[in-house]
Amino acid sequence: MKTRRIDNYGKINRDKILSFRWDKKNYKGFEGDTLASALLANNIGIVGRSFKYHRPRGIFSSGVEESGALVTIGSKDRRDPNVRATTQELYNGLEASGQNAFPNVNFDLAGINNYLGRFFAAGFYYKTFIGIPPLEWGKGTAIWMFFEKFIRKAAGMGSASGLPDPDTYEHAHDFCDLIVVGSGPAGVAAAIEAAEKKLDVILVEQDSLIGGNQLAENDFDNSQIKNQLENLGIKIMTRTTAFGLYDNCVVGLLERVTDHISAPNVNMPRQRFWTIRAKHIIVGAGAIERHIAFNNNDIPGVMTVNASKHYLNRYGVLTGKRIVIATNNDSVYETANQLSEAGANVTVLDSRTNLEIETNKSFEIRKGYVPYNINGSKKIDSLDISKSETINKSETINCDQVLLSGGWSPAVHLLSHRGVKPKWDYNNACFLPSDTKENITIVGSSRGLWNKNDCIASGIAGTTDALNRLGLSKTNYFFPKPGGWKNPIQPLYEVKYKKSRSKSFVDYQHDVTTDDVRLAHREGFISVEHLKRYTTLGMANDQGKMGNIIGLSLMAELLNKEIPEVGTTVFRPPYTPVSIGALSGRNVGKHFRPLRVTPMHQWNIDHGAKMIEVGLYQRPWYYPKENETLSDSYIREASTVRKTVGICDVTSLGKIAIQGPGSTEFLNRIYSNGFSKLQVGKARYGIMLRDDGIVMDDGTSWRLAENEYFMTTSTGEAAKVMSWLEELLQTRWTDLNVNVTSVSEQWAGVSVAGPKSREVLNNCVDDSMVITNNNLPFMGVTSTFLKGNIPCRIARISFSGELAFEVYVKSDFANTMMDLLWENAKKYDGCLYGLEALGALRVEKGHVTAAELDGRVTIDDAGLSKMASTKKSYIGSAMRKRGVLKNNDREILVGFFPTNLKETFNAGTIVCEKNNIKGQGIGRITSVTYSPELGHWIGLGFVKGGLDKWKDTNLVGADPVRNKQMNLKVVSPHMIDPKGERMYA
Amino acid sequence: MIRINCPYCGERDHSEFSYGGDATINYPSLDASEKEWTEAIFFRKNIKGFQFETWHHSNGCRMWLVVERSTITHEIKSVKPCHPDLQKVVKNNK
Repeated sequence: MKTRRIDNYGKINRDKILSFRWDKKNYKGFEGDTLASALLANNIGIVGRSFKYHRPRGIFSSGVEESGALVTIGSKDRRDPNVRATTQELYNGLEASGQNAFPNVNFDLAGINNYLGRFFAAGFYYKTFIGIPPLEWGKGTAIWMFFEKFIRKAAGMGSASGLPDPDTYEHAHDFCDLIVVGSGPAGVAAAIEAAEKKLDVILVEQDSLIGGNQLAENDFDNSQIKNQLENLGIKIMTRTTAFGLYDNCVVGLLERVTDHISAPNVNMPRQRFWTIRAKHIIVGAGAIERHIAFNNNDIPGVMTVNASKHYLNRYGVLTGKRIVIATNNDSVYETANQLSEAGANVTVLDSRTNLEIETNKSFEIRKGYVPYNINGSKKIDSLDISKSETINKSETINCDQVLLSGGWSPAVHLLSHRGVKPKWDYNNACFLPSDTKENITIVGSSRGLWNKNDCIASGIAGTTDALNRLGLSKTNYFFPKPGGWKNPIQPLYEVKYKKSRSKSFVDYQHDVTTDDVRLAHREGFISVEHLKRYTTLGMANDQGKMGNIIGLSLMAELLNKEIPEVGTTVFRPPYTPVSIGALSGRNVGKHFRPLRVTPMHQWNIDHGAKMIEVGLYQRPWYYPKENETLSDSYIREASTVRKTVGICDVTSLGKIAIQGPGSTEFLNRIYSNGFSKLQVGKARYGIMLRDDGIVMDDGTSWRLAENEYFMTTSTGEAAKVMSWLEELLQTRWTDLNVNVTSVSEQWAGVSVAGPKSREVLNNCVDDSMVITNNNLPFMGVTSTFLKGNIPCRIARISFSGELAFEVYVKSDFANTMMDLLWENAKKYDGCLYGLEALGALRVEKGHVTAAELDGRVTIDDAGLSKMASTKKSYIGSAMRKRGVLKNNDREILVGFFPTNLKETFNAGTIVCEKNNIKGQGIGRITSVTYSPELGHWIGLGFVKGGLDKWKDTNLVGADPVRNKQMNLKVVSPHMIDPKGERMYA
Repeated sequence: MIRINCPYCGERDHSEFSYGGDATINYPSLDASEKEWTEAIFFRKNIKGFQFETWHHSNGCRMWLVVERSTITHEIKSVKPCHPDLQKVVKNNK
């Protein structure tokens, strides 16, 4: 195979040869190549198959707008699909393959789709799956589900590896005065001007080299510019894409750290996701050359004119021998000169009839001619051309390449991210950026400036604009006017060709043709947003960078409107695709979210605890002995608590110190029950409501001194309650003299529960008199010392229904406390118990937790009406009896037993009447456990009308998800010791 | 990313803050009628343009703030503490 590489051209390093594999064959390229330039140099024309029709596709461009050469890089768990070959730098050992083809891109069996095109036009799915008349065969979800997997396989791009990503990614942050996006002449001029004015500047470039489109010039050398930028202290970030602009001058960057290295250092991240907070943003993102729609304009060998200039001058690849350039503007002539100088036979078709142009006369210019059809399938054989857009007298030119330039589209994407709509410029046939009030300035060809001096001037003006807006100067400036070509551009988007099965592509990547746009119009999808969604124009991962304007112009023509009246769709971030790995950074696996542990975490593990996650907390779940299962273990633990004594880590409860002269009044307002008469040395269980009368949280508050309380909250609601208290004190009750402090991390808490708990504690406290029933009655609180002079707080609080104490010490003493308590508990055959046993004990007692208090439940629903004071007003008191909350058929807390005591059931079961098993039933089961005390399964839940209505009725528990059904009876939620005699012991 | 200029901590990302709600609501007294509370809780304006809203610097100084923000552009005109005494302190520091 002959190489297309030519001597004396390009900036590649010919001393450094790189080997790579393409579709399982070995090839060679040079350092400085992209995969695309290396493939072209090796004369590989077909690099992929198209999305729907499986047509052979080649390389269309030399940059991010590429919509043909999407390839898969790497293998196994490093397989990366849909990579643009035009931006993938070549490295030694690179492995790449074509996509969407079987067995390969040269011979693809699904190429048959090309001939079935009329079945796959826009709206194919919508039409096919509404059924075929008269019986509407194929209607409905089931048939779609069946066909979906085949359709998805046939249509589409590369496939993901499906394996865990072995690479690491980083999140990084930076601040600067000015961030400049793009290192073309405008961006560089802006950055230099700003750095000279003492601004802190970051210059971002998506390419591996700075220079922008100047890299396509044969005499361009960026080393001097680079030195100058570095000497001015400008931070240059290459291989970095500004993919999105966000509020307040925040810019998202993706830095590709190792994607161009064959054997990267394992300590380097593959990519870095940067969040830059700038004071001003200058965007010099350049412009993108458009193609022209005509029949078979996608045959491999079609390319933009500017791309071939890149391949020639940057990579030393002459992309064709007999080249036809079709254009409607002046930008192609320098390229035409250079291609013919490099040895190609060049013909230029210029759709304009009147034009003055200076060339080196080495090629023919056919004024007033346009291309209308390419002959060939896997490569170009010849091109049919015609005078003007009416095809009557046609001619055929033999050629192997067709280069297109339908005009240039400024890259207005980043400004579009900020919601700024671009405005249409008739003179230059393109959208130009509109002004914005935000600190964002657009410079260079992104403003529609076509020559270099104008771009440089706009860069300097852009920095002056930035300095003025930042209040650092008040200098007059002006931007050069858009344009810069000698002859005006003549709009040319499509050359029509009436022949059956003709396909002229608007959006290469999604196989959207001009006929699809016309179909959308015929069927009423005329808004650009509808056009986009109906045809998927511009929805591929190139986001319509090349084709969008062509689609819009066709729709405008069909509607007899101008392009600005039709409008444009909104470009959204990211500008180019960002990998999910980069978005998640290091927040993967164990680090997906923060981990909270209690101060006795290691102690618990050392004593055999199996842990469970509760919110962010790791809590002891159960403490199995030898071969015990979870159920063996929790049943033993719960029984031990009822029989002797158990110890449970309750540190994860929220703890808030409430201090100040207004504390009592404060608690009295936030809790539904009275707190004004709570004595020092006593604790009280309290319920907090939301403004709308629904239960927010429950917990206890301990009065430690006249103006000091210690509040506990549930584990899950701790943060919310803290914020709520702060909100009330800082926004509503600003006259209340109260201070709230979160002390959740400062105190370690443990529950000592069971008939022997007082005896255990007797051995642990300095002075056993303080915990006698007289000195520390039920709900009593004392501050005292554990043995070893450890200060502690003890409250006689019971969640288990047994005689129980909660003991709190400073977190540093947690392990000492655990050692002390455990040593003594063992003497009474006590146990350590975890969350599962805690749950069993509280369900037996009918105590509610987050499973019941789910944000829909009122105090009355929870059977806690007694907790709602009638003697005072409090948060939620006005609203708790409103409208639907006072209905008689609300679901009320009850207990459930299986009718057949040998049966089990699960939380989530729907409770129904016997002959009416459907829908949401009449209630639900929220918590279920085996009760060691009762010897069978029990549950807590809600049922409409409560115990009184259903106590003698057999109900049905329906559990369709687990395919279970059982008979249930409703009982009081207080399933054991309803009078609480044990707690008061 | 909205940047909020916390009077105590300086300019920070909005991810450090939690959104509260409408800062112009005058909550009725606790013994006010159900009707007054209903008005205050459920009948809210959907403002297009600048509105006063509360934000909690939950991953910072824990101050509740009144932020004057445009619901169209996210432009922030002013930020001050909700608590009047804290407003005075911040002013005196400037």
